Amino acid sequence: MERTAIHRRVEWRTATVVERRKETDSASTLELHVAGWPGHDAGQHVDVRLTAADGYTAVRTYSIASAPDGDNLELTIELLPDGEVSPYLVESVAPGSPVDVLGPIGGWFVWHPEQTEPIQLIAGGSGIVPLMCMLRTRAQHNVTAPFHLLYSVRGPESIYYADELARLAAADFGAAITFAYTRTAPPNWPAKPQRVRAELIATAALPASQHPTAYVCGPTAFVEVVAGMLTQAGYDASRIKTERFGPTGK
Amino acid sequence: MSDRRPATPGFVGKRRSEHAALPPGQYLTTDFPVLSAGPTPPIPLDKWAFSLVTETGAAKEWSWSQFRALPSEPIVTDIHCVTRWSKLGTHWEGVSLDTLLAGVETSAGFAMAHSYAGYTTNVPLADLCGGKAWIAFRFDEKDLEPEHGGPARLLVPHLYFWKSAKWVRGLTLMGEDEPGFWEQNGYHMYGDPWKEQRYTGE
Repeated sequence: MERTAIHRRVEWRTATVVERRKETDSASTLELHVAGWPGHDAGQHVDVRLTAADGYTAVRTYSIASAPDGDNLELTIELLPDGEVSPYLVESVAPGSPVDVLGPIGGWFVWHPEQTEPIQLIAGGSGIVPLMCMLRTRAQHNVTAPFHLLYSVRGPESIYYADELARLAAADFGAAITFAYTRTAPPNWPAKPQRVRAELIATAALPASQHPTAYVCGPTAFVEVVAGMLTQAGYDASRIKTERFGPTGK
Repeated sequence: MSDRRPATPGFVGKRRSEHAALPPGQYLTTDFPVLSAGPTPPIPLDKWAFSLVTETGAAKEWSWSQFRALPSEPIVTDIHCVTRWSKLGTHWEGVSLDTLLAGVETSAGFAMAHSYAGYTTNVPLADLCGGKAWIAFRFDEKDLEPEHGGPARLLVPHLYFWKSAKWVRGLTLMGEDEPGFWEQNGYHMYGDPWKEQRYTGE
């Protein structure tokens, strides 16, 4: 737990929705313009506050998907059935709408371009979002240290950023990307759909002998299991960073 | 917060968060979300110990069996996570910090809680005394699950829940306040949910 940063004061800023585009059937990416955005580290999140006409507000936390880019910021938001905020942001919010943003927040689950060690990213579902920010930031800074991504999805239609991930994998010093399908595999896929298992960690993840840092993000049960498997595979527990979200089922 | 904010057109909300026991900005959950910085550490009970070290270096330590021989009590309390969920009327069992601090000579104003797995968090000593904090080992009448901090966690329910360090292994008492893990990573030094003390500088 080595890193101690000096943190600037966070404050609420009014952002404007520039664009809402569909990422999958149940997720949208929002591009926001935030005047005076101070920039962010890959892996950080923001609080988003919506205000109803009568002053009622609701706040939720979302990971930042985009690499730092001036005053613009992208969030990819998954629709939660019966959610209060996500249905509006995923399906309704119109370009030009104001929303309030607080952040960037979080100094632990972050990757900095000056890190030189190999990086293992493991995403479950929408847990890809902060990891995508890391992949994009790596590309932005032309970092050549190995990046591996293991991305567990229900099926091919659930993949966020599919085309861009393919480009990131094909680039010089591209990231190695392995998909794990839990419900529906694409035609001719060599394995049956299954949850991430220790055998897959053994074959698809960087070996512990390379002393990688791992970032694991997804639903609680997924993160709990995967972090345990990484420890079993010999990863140093202090180099496994986790972020858990969503309903726990407990 | 400013007085006048532009409304987000079309947003209505569900208003399900209006509850007298809910601090501002929180919403109710009946779930028990898990938030941790890293893997859940395995902690065999025969290796578990809880230590209390004062600012002069005087130390007390309890093994699991010594700790479990101390008087414990049921606790019914609301808990509030800085990520905005609150859970009302949770049931715990734990040993009061008053019991553990009895007879400890100190003029320290602050404590640093230490966890297995390396996590730390700072709490004023006054917030750990007077029936306000426990080392909890049962939740909902069951042994505390590892992912929720078992075998034992600090429970300081009047502060945001990151102060209730999971997998607690001891307290060191300090004359001066110092930031712990999340506090070094952008979170508030005190963390009062009713004042929305979430982040550095708020």
